[in-house]
Amino acid sequence: MTTTEPDISKNPLDKILTPSQSPQLQTAIVTVAASLLGVLIALGISAFILAVTGKNPVDAFTTIVETAGNTDKLVEMLDRATPLIFSATAVAIGFKMNLFNIGVEGQYLFAALISAQAGSSVNLPAPIHVLFILIVAVCAGAAWASIAAVLKAYKNIHEVISTIMLNFIGLAVIQWLFESFFREEIEGNLNVKTKLLPNSGRMPTIIDGRLSTVFFLALLVIVGYYVVVYRSRFGFRLRASGENPDAARTVGISARTMVMLSMIISGGVAGLVAMKSLLSEAYAYGPNATPIQLGFAGITVALLGRNHPVGILLAAMLFGFLDSASATLQLAGVPSSIVRVMQAIIVLCVVILNEAAIRRLNVRTAEQAQAQLAPEVNA
Amino acid sequence: MASASGDIAVELTDIEKRFPGVLANYDVNLTVRRGTIHSIVGENGAGKSTLMKVLYGMHQPEEGSVSVDGAEVAFRTPADAISAGIGMVHQHFKLADNLTVLENIILGSEPSRGGGRIDFAAARSSITEIMQQIGTELDLDELVSELGVGERQRVEIIKVLYRGANILILDEPTAVLVPDEVNELFATLQRLVDEGATVIFISHKLDEVLSVSDDITVMRQGTTVAHTQPADIDRPGLAELMVGSELPSPAGRNTTVGDTVRLAFRDITVDGPEGRPTVQNATLDVKEREILGIAGVEGNGQFELCAALLGLTASAGTVEVDGMDVSTASTADRYDAGLAYIPFDRHREGLMLTAPLWQNTLLGRDHEPELRNGPLVNAPAAVAASEEIIERFGVLTPNAHTPAFALSGGNQQKLLVGRAMVTEPSVLIAAHPTRGIDVGAQAAVWDEIRMARDAGMAVLLVSADLEELIGLSDRIAVLFEGEITAQLDPDTITAAELGGYMTGVRQREAS
Repeated sequence: MTTTEPDISKNPLDKILTPSQSPQLQTAIVTVAASLLGVLIALGISAFILAVTGKNPVDAFTTIVETAGNTDKLVEMLDRATPLIFSATAVAIGFKMNLFNIGVEGQYLFAALISAQAGSSVNLPAPIHVLFILIVAVCAGAAWASIAAVLKAYKNIHEVISTIMLNFIGLAVIQWLFESFFREEIEGNLNVKTKLLPNSGRMPTIIDGRLSTVFFLALLVIVGYYVVVYRSRFGFRLRASGENPDAARTVGISARTMVMLSMIISGGVAGLVAMKSLLSEAYAYGPNATPIQLGFAGITVALLGRNHPVGILLAAMLFGFLDSASATLQLAGVPSSIVRVMQAIIVLCVVILNEAAIRRLNVRTAEQAQAQLAPEVNA
Repeated sequence: MASASGDIAVELTDIEKRFPGVLANYDVNLTVRRGTIHSIVGENGAGKSTLMKVLYGMHQPEEGSVSVDGAEVAFRTPADAISAGIGMVHQHFKLADNLTVLENIILGSEPSRGGGRIDFAAARSSITEIMQQIGTELDLDELVSELGVGERQRVEIIKVLYRGANILILDEPTAVLVPDEVNELFATLQRLVDEGATVIFISHKLDEVLSVSDDITVMRQGTTVAHTQPADIDRPGLAELMVGSELPSPAGRNTTVGDTVRLAFRDITVDGPEGRPTVQNATLDVKEREILGIAGVEGNGQFELCAALLGLTASAGTVEVDGMDVSTASTADRYDAGLAYIPFDRHREGLMLTAPLWQNTLLGRDHEPELRNGPLVNAPAAVAASEEIIERFGVLTPNAHTPAFALSGGNQQKLLVGRAMVTEPSVLIAAHPTRGIDVGAQAAVWDEIRMARDAGMAVLLVSADLEELIGLSDRIAVLFEGEITAQLDPDTITAAELGGYMTGVRQREAS
């Protein structure tokens, strides 16, 4: 008798996959398809929410589509995406080794204060001055993260607990440092800040001041993330430790070293989150000048981007776009908070669909492998 | 020996179960008489598990019919099967360690006394009754984490009986047991069938099958190939039915144990919880071209000993590899000094399941000059190195980019054996190198270990398979409660005697 044909396959993924594709390509196709479908479903749910709250979803979506046709808004999208790229990358480095760095918030605010203060205290030629500030920011972020790293590596204290706590401690420390030492007194000015950076410590904006050149630094960090995590031996060990810590340890990869390094690198990247504000907008740290909550936004962007460099870039741009559309929505009579709701629904839908799709894909991959290897069965 | 009344508990007729591209079961016919122990034997991958999943409602067959107690049934879920009186004792226990025996047994079908309260008294009395029936006694208030393997298995059996099962499926129940526990299990099963229950026993241990069964069904490559009874067949005959050809026999050797000590460890002590050491003063030498078997009931310090030798756990004592003291070296340095390791649990300690094979074979080797580009991974070289292992060790896979989870257990194991051996280590620590893999793969792994031994490697072989231990080892050391209690000659020892040392019944000073 002959080999049985795979004639009863019911896997929905068969529509978009062929056996000739490599497993890696199949994963990519499935991820993209599931993410697009997730965004579409999320838009549908958002429309429903708008409708039941008495707003016209057609108006809202028309406004959003119009925003997408507006070049200024697209530039604004990139500008708004910039800090999200940093924070999402910082979170993703942790995720790649199964560490949940919730402390990006505290790390970047701490780095913002320290680097603002350091940057305004020195006089250096322009490119070196900026570089100096960036290095200080990376070191400050890494230093703050290293507390959680040491606690995890040497005392096995879970990083979720320690980084959450360090966020609170960080805010208090920042406030104390700022109020006691770094605050610049200007009569009659309620918007208190650290001393302004001199021109040599600033990064220019382009396109009529709409896009900070820090955006290009963010692109550089994304490329660096790709090379380090996906191409380097360190990244291989990092991903191995994340995928199966016992197996990594068993082959001699030191869990302690990997925890320390990944947490510190994550904190270092987190240190760059406020650089757009510091170097291109406010030129100082200030409780009202420096944006907050970007560390938490980074978690959602990393989730949406599936921790992949391209995914993070696209997810940050999507969030940046929706943020820039929210003002226009407000003008059109749609509450801008719908944007936050949409962002949350998108993340949920994309994550759920991806997890479901990957599970299906894994089943399919296993079956295909067995099918290719099944010996001819003679009845 | 059976209360063979002639009526039929389970009948499977012309079962066919397909997965995409795979014919897992076809033309399967099985008739299980009520009140008997019916064994199903076959290699891994012969379709035993699929068939049992069909019977247990986890798979629905494409063709054929299933009848239970004379009535045709079509189970959609295990819950359907359970309500029809079928219970399954899985190979890997599904118990909650942090709950008591009683709580584990009633979990999911708690007797209620109204208002959402659990009627523990009713549960206790019905469980006690079940225990009397099968002639066993367990402390119902003990935590499952405190129980040994044999006791846990009895909890599983009681759990199934508590749910009203009168047809029990036991999937490889003896794989984790020592000889004495196996005898106890068989006594329990015998009492069960005397009470009128029916037992379906899945195994590939032929001696057990022959001693315990009333009926035997042999499966090969997805179908039932023979039905027989212990009186009508002997061990070699059954083995031949199972594999379709002669079994691989433990071959003799043409080389002799050398004089050079390659692995020497002295007074290895590993502290355990509650101050009781899990390994105590373990001292052994392994010479070149020598396989030293470590026998012991699981949990007597084998894992901790290996972990100590590899530097994965803190320990006292000294370790030397090829004369070099590595007692304080890191795990990575110990590998570089010549150690290699086939881990106990290939999923937990061995593989990155969702990563492609080439990354799995790169694990632990990414610092080798030919597999790196400075700080970067040399992916093409790593893929080529992986393909070499796949080729040499006969790993059945579409290619090196296939994720590890897509491989069968035997092929995953061959990959890990390959990863450990391809570096040509001077000392191999092999923990259960052939556990859970089929006869063909087992023979291949044994051949590789023998070849490497003949080339000069020293092997520390930890195994629960006594046949493997006796067949491969040049010397056997018994580990009991963390201490090496005996060193034995595999040429003169029998499995039963070895079992006595492993359970502490026999003691002989380490020579």
